[in-house]
Amino acid sequence: MADIAFLLLVFWLVTTTIESDEGVKRQLPPPVPEDLEQQEVKEGDVYNVRTNFRDELLVEKKVLRIDELKAGAKDFLVATGDGILNPVRDNVVLNDGNMMYPERVWVRKGELQILELSYLGAGQTKRAAKVREKIRAIELFGGDYRELPGSALISLQTDRNTSYDLYLQVQNELEAAINELRDELAEAKFNMSYAEMVERYERSKEPSLLDRIMAVRLVYPQRISEAEPRDAGATYY
Amino acid sequence: MGKFNKGKKRAMAAISTASLPDIVFMLLFFFMMTTVMQTEDEMVKVVRPEVSEVYKIEKKHLIRYINIGQPQDARYGTEPVIQLNDQFAEASAIRDWVDVERLTLAESEQTKMWVSLKVDKDTKMGVVTDVKQELRKASALKVLYSANSRERTGS
Repeated sequence: MADIAFLLLVFWLVTTTIESDEGVKRQLPPPVPEDLEQQEVKEGDVYNVRTNFRDELLVEKKVLRIDELKAGAKDFLVATGDGILNPVRDNVVLNDGNMMYPERVWVRKGELQILELSYLGAGQTKRAAKVREKIRAIELFGGDYRELPGSALISLQTDRNTSYDLYLQVQNELEAAINELRDELAEAKFNMSYAEMVERYERSKEPSLLDRIMAVRLVYPQRISEAEPRDAGATYY
Repeated sequence: MGKFNKGKKRAMAAISTASLPDIVFMLLFFFMMTTVMQTEDEMVKVVRPEVSEVYKIEKKHLIRYINIGQPQDARYGTEPVIQLNDQFAEASAIRDWVDVERLTLAESEQTKMWVSLKVDKDTKMGVVTDVKQELRKASALKVLYSANSRERTGS
């Protein structure tokens, strides 16, 4: 009897998990001051995703299904080539005036080193540290890479009558696009998926892992922004 | 007539204690099964969406929950409502709620508070947007859209 009781006890201990919460993580932007002027952004630099009250997606002025969104977002992020894994896409002409995609620009080690010195000379240590991070990334990748322009971002605008499920699926697909690209790069350069690197870092807090994570993030930053909600009764599309 | 031996009293047989551990175990199990960890009652119906890119919050004590969905009790109607702690509230009450909840955390952890939004998947975004706007005003910017995990599709 006592043996059976012990078996049960062990079974119970093993199968019980302390419930923790999981889901999609987001950092909301701080409130915007009302007098803030809208910044001019190149049209090609923004990947516009809109959802309407019928749970339809309008992506870059085209109607898309939810399962096509991830591929679309990946296309947007690497169309002009990241200089490491993804070459410039065939149909993309660089230095074109009306590009549909943000144009990634080369970051070169030699130029960065000069830049770092000039920042250090001027006492701008924060900026110098940022440049240092990029140099570190180039060293880890074993070559220069192309970075996204600062204004490139994915913009999501949701109608008030969109269902929450669709909203979260859109958020999820966009994040999946970025995570897949990160995984591919990490796999190719560090023989480990990005997700695994993050998980290992959480456990070991090993600085070399952090450097690699930051390097991958530099090539594929997560920039998903949500448009400020419009007034109710805004025009449908 | 020595057949009835009156003089020698027979000692009472000792109660066997062999089964005592069993009884204790039974009690232990009874308590284990009947104990429920203290959680807040959900007063709204929430069916969580399923997503592939999940983030797990390990430090549970940093999480505060906002539930949004149809009331469980049909007397409150079918429109989605916001539940803070154990009562229904308007979106405008969120700012005060955040301030109060923040004070329940240690000072060093007040900036690390998470707000977990448990929202029913059929809710319209209007309510959720209002809540998010209020959270931004209250500077509670770390948000988790609570969801179940699933496999990534396609690729």
